[in-house]
Amino acid sequence: MELLQIWKDALPVLMVGLKLTIQLTVLAVFFGSIIGLFVGLGKMSRIPLIKIPSVVYVEFFRGSPLLVQIFLIYFGLSQVLGHSVDKFWSSVAVLSLNSGAYCAEIFRAGIQSIERGQMEAARSLGMTHTQAMRYVILPQAFKRVIPPLGNEFIAMLKDTSLVSVIGLVELARSGQLIVSTTYNAFQIWFLVAIFYIVLTVLISEFFVNRMERRLQAGDRS
Amino acid sequence: MIVAKNVHKSFGHLEVLRGIDLHVKEQEVVVIIGPSGSGKSTFLRCLNLLEEPTSGEIIIDGMCLTDKTSDINKIRQNVGMVFQRFNLFPHKTALENITLAPIKVKGLTENEAIAIARDLLGKVGLQDKESSYPDQLSGGQQQRVAIARALAMKPKVMLFDEPTSALDPEMVGEVLAVMKDLARDGMTMVVVTHEMGFAREVGDRVLFIDEGKVIEEGTPEQIFGNPQNERTRSFLNKIL
Ligand SMILES: Nc1ncnc2c1ncn2[C@@H]1O[C@H](COP(=O)(O)OP(=O)(O)OP(=O)(O)O)[C@@H](O)[C@H]1O
Ligand SMILES: [Mg+2]
Repeated sequence: MELLQIWKDALPVLMVGLKLTIQLTVLAVFFGSIIGLFVGLGKMSRIPLIKIPSVVYVEFFRGSPLLVQIFLIYFGLSQVLGHSVDKFWSSVAVLSLNSGAYCAEIFRAGIQSIERGQMEAARSLGMTHTQAMRYVILPQAFKRVIPPLGNEFIAMLKDTSLVSVIGLVELARSGQLIVSTTYNAFQIWFLVAIFYIVLTVLISEFFVNRMERRLQAGDRS
Repeated sequence: MIVAKNVHKSFGHLEVLRGIDLHVKEQEVVVIIGPSGSGKSTFLRCLNLLEEPTSGEIIIDGMCLTDKTSDINKIRQNVGMVFQRFNLFPHKTALENITLAPIKVKGLTENEAIAIARDLLGKVGLQDKESSYPDQLSGGQQQRVAIARALAMKPKVMLFDEPTSALDPEMVGEVLAVMKDLARDGMTMVVVTHEMGFAREVGDRVLFIDEGKVIEEGTPEQIFGNPQNERTRSFLNKIL
């Protein structure tokens, strides 16, 4: 069959793009959720020196297009440093920072969704604010943020395609390259779409459903 | 044991407490009654600084809570609190609920804390529930675990904010029984409750609070049998 042949020919190039897409996504979500946890806590801080930068950070990365952020960081860093920066790590940085802003909101909402009585009970036992957060609030909040974090993971997967503008050949860009030489536009883009969909389903299965179930095994409610 | 002097508390423009005085002696059980919104919970929460009084002075076991330099976490260890809605930690078993603070705050070893927790679970009649999670327990059982959790810090004073009013009627008795034992063992207690039977049986003194002020104060016999103030009378008529 002609279609299968076209796909078979495209596969080696697409696989290279796929690998890059997966790397970018995993790294961005990993760093993004760490950034997000601290910035989310920062946004709830009563200390202005912590709170204000956190708020500004989130507003900046949520308020401007990712495309602009990619250019800004890649070309901005090159100019400041006086030499060209690594495209891959520059992309990981900007995607992580972008994801961090969304994760910050997710963590903040998760923490604030925990009933006030939990903090009060912990404090009334003599725990410090930090201890109460660590042993009482955060373990409960983590469970609640898994579904929205899974959605953020999926959104990030698709957003990685934007880093092709600085010349990284991730999944979408690798499809585009093949199309530009073979002109089999529909067949190739269809396959690319399937790749994304499979990844999305895998993420929601493994990182959302499974983790949710595992975390709920020990403790309900 | 507890001294509160002229405690005021406002939320914005709303003045909830308008100068409350309270002296509680060691081993005394004080019951606070009053209409909804009169400031009972707010006052109780001031006694362990879950609310910060706008003015006034609170001294517990010789330590001044309202002094800015005092270590509030240290003081809170001496003041156990039991909430209307239990507030057990849902991600921890009954035993872990009780051992968490002794381990993390007091620095007990896990074994020491578990020994204390098992002993307390026995006291509240739940020795067979140590590995249950809160949502596997009835309301009455949860509240008894919550009492054990507070006791595990070996507090000098216990505060109860309507501990039975979120419970189904058939579970009220088991929680009150635990509180009676506690009073009999000599615990100093301040209890907000409308359980008149409890107040009569174990209360040494009853305070009637309305609109942020102590309107009347006396022994349970005086307050329930022969209230002097008109507002006390009309309140008691409504709830009895
Ligand atoms: N954090 C808060 N912010 C603003 N107002 C509050 C706050 N907490 C309590 N209040 C108000 O203070 C008043 C007294 O509340 P409080 O909970 O102390 O009453 P209560 O006597 O315990 O009533 P109930 O019997 O219903 O529990 C109420 O009008 C309440 O709306
Ligand atoms: Mg109340």
